[in-house]
Amino acid sequence: MSQPVELPDQIHVGTVIDESHSLASVSDKVGGIVLRRKITLGWVFGLLISFAVLQNLMAGATWLLLKGVGVWGINIPVGWGFAIINFVWWIGIGHAGTLISAILLLLNQSWRNAINRFAEAMTLFAVMCAGMFPVLHTGRPWLAYWLLPIPNTMSMWPQFRSPLLWDVFAVTTYLTISAVFWYVGLLPDLATLRDSAKSKTSQVIYGALSMGWRNSARHWQRYEKASLLLAGLATPLVVSVHTVVSFDFAVSIIPGWHTTIFPPYFVAGAIYSGFAMVLTLMIPVRKFYGLDDIITMRHLNNMAKVTLATALIVGYGYCFEAFFGYFSADTYEKFMIWNRMTGPYAPFYWMLILCNIITPQFLWSKKIRTSPGILWCISIVVNIGMWLERFVIVVTSLHRDFLPSSWGMYWPTIWDWAVYTGTLGLFMTLIFLFVRVLPMITIFELRMLLPGASVKEPVAQ
Amino acid sequence: MSVHASEETLYGLMAEFETPGELVAAARKTRLAGFKKFDAYCPYPLHELDEAMDLHDNRVSKCTLIGGLLGCIGGFSLASWVSAVAWPLNIGGRPLISIPMFIPVTFECTILIGGLTAAFSMLIMNGLPSPYHPVFNVERFVNASRSKFFICIESDDEKFDRRRTEEFLLSLNPEEVAEVAE
Repeated sequence: MSQPVELPDQIHVGTVIDESHSLASVSDKVGGIVLRRKITLGWVFGLLISFAVLQNLMAGATWLLLKGVGVWGINIPVGWGFAIINFVWWIGIGHAGTLISAILLLLNQSWRNAINRFAEAMTLFAVMCAGMFPVLHTGRPWLAYWLLPIPNTMSMWPQFRSPLLWDVFAVTTYLTISAVFWYVGLLPDLATLRDSAKSKTSQVIYGALSMGWRNSARHWQRYEKASLLLAGLATPLVVSVHTVVSFDFAVSIIPGWHTTIFPPYFVAGAIYSGFAMVLTLMIPVRKFYGLDDIITMRHLNNMAKVTLATALIVGYGYCFEAFFGYFSADTYEKFMIWNRMTGPYAPFYWMLILCNIITPQFLWSKKIRTSPGILWCISIVVNIGMWLERFVIVVTSLHRDFLPSSWGMYWPTIWDWAVYTGTLGLFMTLIFLFVRVLPMITIFELRMLLPGASVKEPVAQ
Repeated sequence: MSVHASEETLYGLMAEFETPGELVAAARKTRLAGFKKFDAYCPYPLHELDEAMDLHDNRVSKCTLIGGLLGCIGGFSLASWVSAVAWPLNIGGRPLISIPMFIPVTFECTILIGGLTAAFSMLIMNGLPSPYHPVFNVERFVNASRSKFFICIESDDEKFDRRRTEEFLLSLNPEEVAEVAE
């Protein structure tokens, strides 16, 4: 493999790992969070809050199953409410994890090594939350297997020309491959935990999970090959998933949805919201677990730069959406964009412009990119902005389409909010559990960043 | 030398090194000395070792290619069979096998099967999961997943001779040489 291109010093903000670290110290530090760190009150408090919020999902889903999807705010014309908004939002968040773990691996960006495990975990949890929504939106989740092409007594089959079926394939493939990639990456670190665990229980659990990994050079050679192949396969996969999600919209004939810009615009938006979520989670974790020597200013700076770059791509998408509406000479397209900017949902649209286009411009300043507090606030704003974007896309196109006689309005009900906040609770609960039971940083890849890890062969005698 | 195992219960001899550079040099010398059944242990992937030990196993890539192709063919065949044989729907005389519309599913199946093949072929060729392995009998071997580097020459190698192999390993300037019980 070729060496990463060295940039001039003034572009760097510090190093990718504190220079005082050694092979042993990184293992002990990251492994120690799982094995030796006492359970703190803050962690218990956070977990309890998240778990309490997760109960909203239980209540929301139970009421939904008892009463049917009528308890949600959806109606005709707006048949796709919170369920689709949140599905697209969550899937998008997941995309940053795969981008960091796969695309940056192929591009040889070694700074990714400190954040990829956490980002991949975030991907898995976000996709789990996302998957909940279409299944609940069917109204009869116990029949969800109808989505799969399996022989059945009705001798009916799914429609392979429908983007909704493509979604089933794309999302299940994405979840499977992300989980496999994540677990393969975990193997050597689980072995580290097994070897440094003191209690019998931890030794047995991590021993079983690590599958007897023994750091053999012959294993590493195949392991590296498999990792690269998985990264190479995951890279087009991540692009395809949000492309397929955007096809749900673009293949229809609804004004505002039927555009070819949707796939790239969705993928950029996904990476944008995903990086914002990585920042939202990593900044507190870095502080509470004292990891600023491993997740350095350089990481925050780089992630902020990716956020800014994708914000600009998304901004370009907004401009062209408006331009296409105007330039299409199509009454409905023109009306759609006008209605979006000045109609009943106009505040949502302008809020989204404020959150997604204006706010990230602060990231041009290096000072802001390297101040964790401000960066965290910006990341929250971007998360909200991307959620608003999904709301605007889904609702403003549907609520006033071709026939004024069938126009309507959509407002979420308390049960919409219950399910949505419930998935936030689920996501946070899983994150809280993850940081305590698995190494949240890829230890073996950190070792590769250390100056002592490169080969200086002694002179042959 | 911790325990003196008898010839039958000896898995091999293990040398411990302090730096990756020493490990690579030692691995190269071991290969050049004619040993075939030996392995190096390192807490992270070390590309120089592949060259030093002459490792070039490409089977994972080949399996992945085959898996990906099977997924590709399988996905397309599934879509075609369902749409043209099992549940044909004539919609305005449009073709039953509508190739462009089958591409997303074909693509996802390619990635799915290819990715699973990559992961599972790696595990199978590495012989994982393997709950027990003799190298773990060496007490200091826990450091192989932390900060130390090891070479183990196995006793079923043709050139293995307990005394001479030990002398050979000691000539590589290791921290320590230990017996690995079966």
